[in-house]
Amino acid sequence: MSPLNAVLRRELRSYFVTPVAYVFLVIFLVLAGILTFYAGDFYERGQADLQPFFTMHPWLYLILVPAITMRMWAEEAKGGTLELLLTLPLTLWQAMLGKFFAAWLFIGLALLLTFPIWITVNYLGTPDNGVILAGYLGSWLMAGSFVAIGACLSALTRSQVVAFILTALVCVLLILVGQPQVLDFFSGTLPRKLINAVAHLSMLRHFEAIARGVLDVRDLVYFLLSTLGWLVAGVLLLDLKRTR
Amino acid sequence: MIETDQLTRRYGNLTAVDALSIRVEPGQVLGLLGPNGAGKSTAMRMIAGFLVPSSGTARVCGHDVVREPLKAKRALGYLPEGAPSYGEMTVREFLQFIVRMRGLSGEVAYRRFDAVVQQLQLEEVLGLCIDTLSKGLRRRVGLAQAILHDPPVLMLDEPTDGLDPNQKHAVRQLIDVMARDRTILVSTHLLEEVHALCNRVVIIARGKLLADATPAELEARSRYHGAVSFSAPGSGMSQEMLGRLPQVAAIEVDPLDGRITVFPKPGARVLEPVETLLREQGLEVSEIQLERGRLDEVFRQITTGGNGAEGHA
Repeated sequence: MSPLNAVLRRELRSYFVTPVAYVFLVIFLVLAGILTFYAGDFYERGQADLQPFFTMHPWLYLILVPAITMRMWAEEAKGGTLELLLTLPLTLWQAMLGKFFAAWLFIGLALLLTFPIWITVNYLGTPDNGVILAGYLGSWLMAGSFVAIGACLSALTRSQVVAFILTALVCVLLILVGQPQVLDFFSGTLPRKLINAVAHLSMLRHFEAIARGVLDVRDLVYFLLSTLGWLVAGVLLLDLKRTR
Repeated sequence: MIETDQLTRRYGNLTAVDALSIRVEPGQVLGLLGPNGAGKSTAMRMIAGFLVPSSGTARVCGHDVVREPLKAKRALGYLPEGAPSYGEMTVREFLQFIVRMRGLSGEVAYRRFDAVVQQLQLEEVLGLCIDTLSKGLRRRVGLAQAILHDPPVLMLDEPTDGLDPNQKHAVRQLIDVMARDRTILVSTHLLEEVHALCNRVVIIARGKLLADATPAELEARSRYHGAVSFSAPGSGMSQEMLGRLPQVAAIEVDPLDGRITVFPKPGARVLEPVETLLREQGLEVSEIQLERGRLDEVFRQITTGGNGAEGHA
């Protein structure tokens, strides 16, 4: 078995032997339900789709993804196992990808477990299941970007709390940066082109179309590229720590 | 084989390892000795590929640790300081993880796993969480991890730290057995360890190599090398006579238990003359001891004396 695979399996297992996985899954599912049915006006809208459900995902990930990723490297640095791991015959990329995929797959599992909501909407009406599938796919891709941010920032510090706060901060910035309120605030001081460019960095902007069921290649590329970018930054950070 | 050439590591203004050049051959057990903070662990971390050297090179079995890290790491079994391991895993899971990371599979994987578990007597704790193990057991799990792939080069950072005397003995025996055809680098600050384990000693302090010798050679540098000590009640008068022996350089009396130590002049032997003298005086001596030299004294002298190298390095 390749070292990447071994790391992935170890990480996934470590979620389930500690309460982390169960606490995460319960909170994710409960929050997803509450937010969809109460805050998202699921019934009042009178439409058979999952748009209120998907609209809440960025905010769910904002809290829950940092909780999953904060320990990724910070715990290893603090406990000394980083030295063990990095003196085993594997590259930094294999270690990083193993950990990334473990967390990403885990969030994929959490998404799968929201299937009762999908059953509910199919029971109540006749939704476009293609749109819902696209929504799930987009949500998972966005989660990948969040996980990559968390993976990178966890490599920055030995403290899990610091990793959590930094990740949540960066994520909230990336969610909000495209909001009209934020853009209006800067419209007087910054050139229009820059504001437009910044607006395009927004997670929310790219996700909104996906949540409506529109899978635009540009949005997919955005999420894949930002995931890759943060992973590269994380690997560079780990490498820098060995030299510094 | 481990070779380092002018290996250097700086943290800001602090030079943790300063132009360290050592070479350990197969069959050798080299003890890396030094006070805490001397740079032992930093040097080992560079050889293991965890830290990147500021300058200089390190090679494991001919593979440069910076240019061919994977090849170097495959040839190396490494026990980091404090024997870190994943606490939430059981011993079995942890060792299986290492098996996979080392790319062992099939028949070989089973054979190595069983052999290592037996060698380190881990059979009974295989199902236990590493977090719940005693310090000594965790150290053994760390050792098991290091030797699992049967590496030609073994590097152990304070392998017996925190073990009780019996466990220390067991670990030393294990290293002894492994030493025959392997290259072993062991760091320690326990001087007793040097005798029990190593056939060569390198002393470093403040990152610099200060001595490279066999344990016996180091002992020979001690003031106590060749000295004779004994306890003899009522031997006050014999001291003068001892002092008159041509071979004797000095005499010291322990103020607590009255034990007398006779130091020889350089190159002289004092055991026989002292014995003869005591017999002639009719003094009852319960036991008489010929000192080999005291490593702790040599160690102190080298690591604190500023200029301990004296051209021996």
